[in-house]
Amino acid sequence: MEAKKSFSDSSDFRRESRFSNLVQLVKNPLGLIGLIIVIAIVSSAICADWIAPYDYKAFDIKARLSGPTWDHLLGTDNLGRDTLSRSLYGGRVALSVALISVSLSLVIGLFLGMLAGYGPRRLDSLLVLIFDSIRAFPTIMFALAVITIVGPSLNTVIAVVVITTVPGYARIARTQTLALKHTEFILAERSLGAKPIRVMFSHIVPNVIAPLLILASMDIPVVITIEAGLSFLGLGVKPPTASWGSILNLGYSFIRDTPWMVIAGGVPLILTTLGFTFLGEALRDVFDPKLKKD
Amino acid sequence: MANILSINNLRVRFRTDGAVRAFIDRNQDPYIDAVLDVSLSIERGKTLGLVGESGSGKTTIGRSIIRLVDPAGGTIMFEDEDIGRMSSNRLATLRKDISMMFQDPVASLSPRKTVGSLILEPFKIHGIDQINQNQKARELIEMVGLNEAFLGAYPHQLSGGQARRVGVARALALNPKLVIADEPTAGLDVSVQGEILNLMRRLQVDRGLSYLIITHNLPVIRHLSNHLAIIYLGRVIEIGSTKDIFTNPAHPYTLGLLSAVPQPDPNKRREKLKLEGELPSLSRRPTGCEFHTRCPFAVEKCQQESPIRQEIEPRRFVSCHFPFPLSQVKVQTA
Repeated sequence: MEAKKSFSDSSDFRRESRFSNLVQLVKNPLGLIGLIIVIAIVSSAICADWIAPYDYKAFDIKARLSGPTWDHLLGTDNLGRDTLSRSLYGGRVALSVALISVSLSLVIGLFLGMLAGYGPRRLDSLLVLIFDSIRAFPTIMFALAVITIVGPSLNTVIAVVVITTVPGYARIARTQTLALKHTEFILAERSLGAKPIRVMFSHIVPNVIAPLLILASMDIPVVITIEAGLSFLGLGVKPPTASWGSILNLGYSFIRDTPWMVIAGGVPLILTTLGFTFLGEALRDVFDPKLKKD
Repeated sequence: MANILSINNLRVRFRTDGAVRAFIDRNQDPYIDAVLDVSLSIERGKTLGLVGESGSGKTTIGRSIIRLVDPAGGTIMFEDEDIGRMSSNRLATLRKDISMMFQDPVASLSPRKTVGSLILEPFKIHGIDQINQNQKARELIEMVGLNEAFLGAYPHQLSGGQARRVGVARALALNPKLVIADEPTAGLDVSVQGEILNLMRRLQVDRGLSYLIITHNLPVIRHLSNHLAIIYLGRVIEIGSTKDIFTNPAHPYTLGLLSAVPQPDPNKRREKLKLEGELPSLSRRPTGCEFHTRCPFAVEKCQQESPIRQEIEPRRFVSCHFPFPLSQVKVQTA
């Protein structure tokens, strides 16, 4: 017990505060604005059932294409549906498409990237070839092609977005895994007899996840605009489902009668995109100061 | 003879060029031999020191014993089994019996895990249920002279010496028979080095461990090892008991290594041999005796013929055409 005395005084290791990152995030004005917008949009989408004044598909034929009134705060569309309610439900579509497809991309990309980085070299070359081929397609063109074949639906939109964004996550996961593969702690785990699956999920994942989460937060607004774009073109959600893109499309057709549909579809789209972008950039600055642009 | 490990003619090769590249360059042999014809053995409960310069292949020998690197030839007998021919299932269980400590104490601990979960990792890997996990973790951490407050710490919160102790605890968690320690004192203060070595020695006595200690630091190994093997360019050039090698080095390279150790007593004299030049490249090994490029005693024969390993005393081998006669060199003279 020769050394016990010299160490007995170093007593407690407090976990570094889980909240210190959040504090840092809020101190950044962009991060604060982003966070407020995101919280507002997300909660309004979640609570749409309670806060929306009308059902999004309820007609009020007498009040077609009205401007803002006390009955319809943001007016109505050509079928007399309440624009505010449709906009709130549209947020639900936008956010669920974004969250589902981004989390799917993240998980699939993480797994494939680790497989490429940690697995045999031939598999690595094959996967990298596939990633690069997919990245060569412009997302919207690819989406148009797929939707022409499969037909428009939300699931198709999600599938297209996942396929085109997976390579971005996989490439980051792969390079990080390659860098970690020969570190001593991975060798140490292997020398203890850890199987590759255990090494990957227990020791590589915690070390590659941070940059992927940052990428995910910055991908959300991109995906929201893709969904809105496809819905605007009539290739996204099917009517009568409300989406910001389809509200915009209708509003565009009836812009001479009332501008309120374009406003109700466009403003939340812009706000959400901005909010998530700000939040993503602030998150990046907090977690990975090296990437900060000067 | 009670050898826990005996290595015979071990050879480890690394590929230098890919298949396509080698074909274009007409390179028939795109490999380098990092370890060549290495034979050595470790007695049960004893310590063998593996000494050599950086890049001499000593770490590779250690890693091939635990099959992090696959040997290209030779046998590694652990008890009565050849490690080189083990199935992957058998290898998994072998890793309970042989454990390894890596060079960098902090970098060899998974950075996002607490000390507690790191030292219980061996049990989880081998599916050994610990009925009382906290109890076991506390036992282990106290065995290496840290207190249980450290169980909640993350590797980056530890000093080098503390991290090394955690590494020792993890290496000994499953009661291995053989521990391979790669530079156990690298990056530590001299006082901490002493503590770690004393800890390792105490644990060896308590548990009857055998050690293979890989180092370039001769004073470190002097008090811990029973036998030494001196490695040059992936070959063992001299092997024998620590005492004999320190008092009567037979190979000029060994003498050179010993001369590089500072002498604390200025009145003591020892014959000095300064090693000049760099370790030659593994891809272009010198002809004949591979040490002739740096050997001050080299003659023509050394450039042409490789020396054969000869037993100059019982269990004392040297590969040199002109080993120092044991009587002639008095390394330490008053």
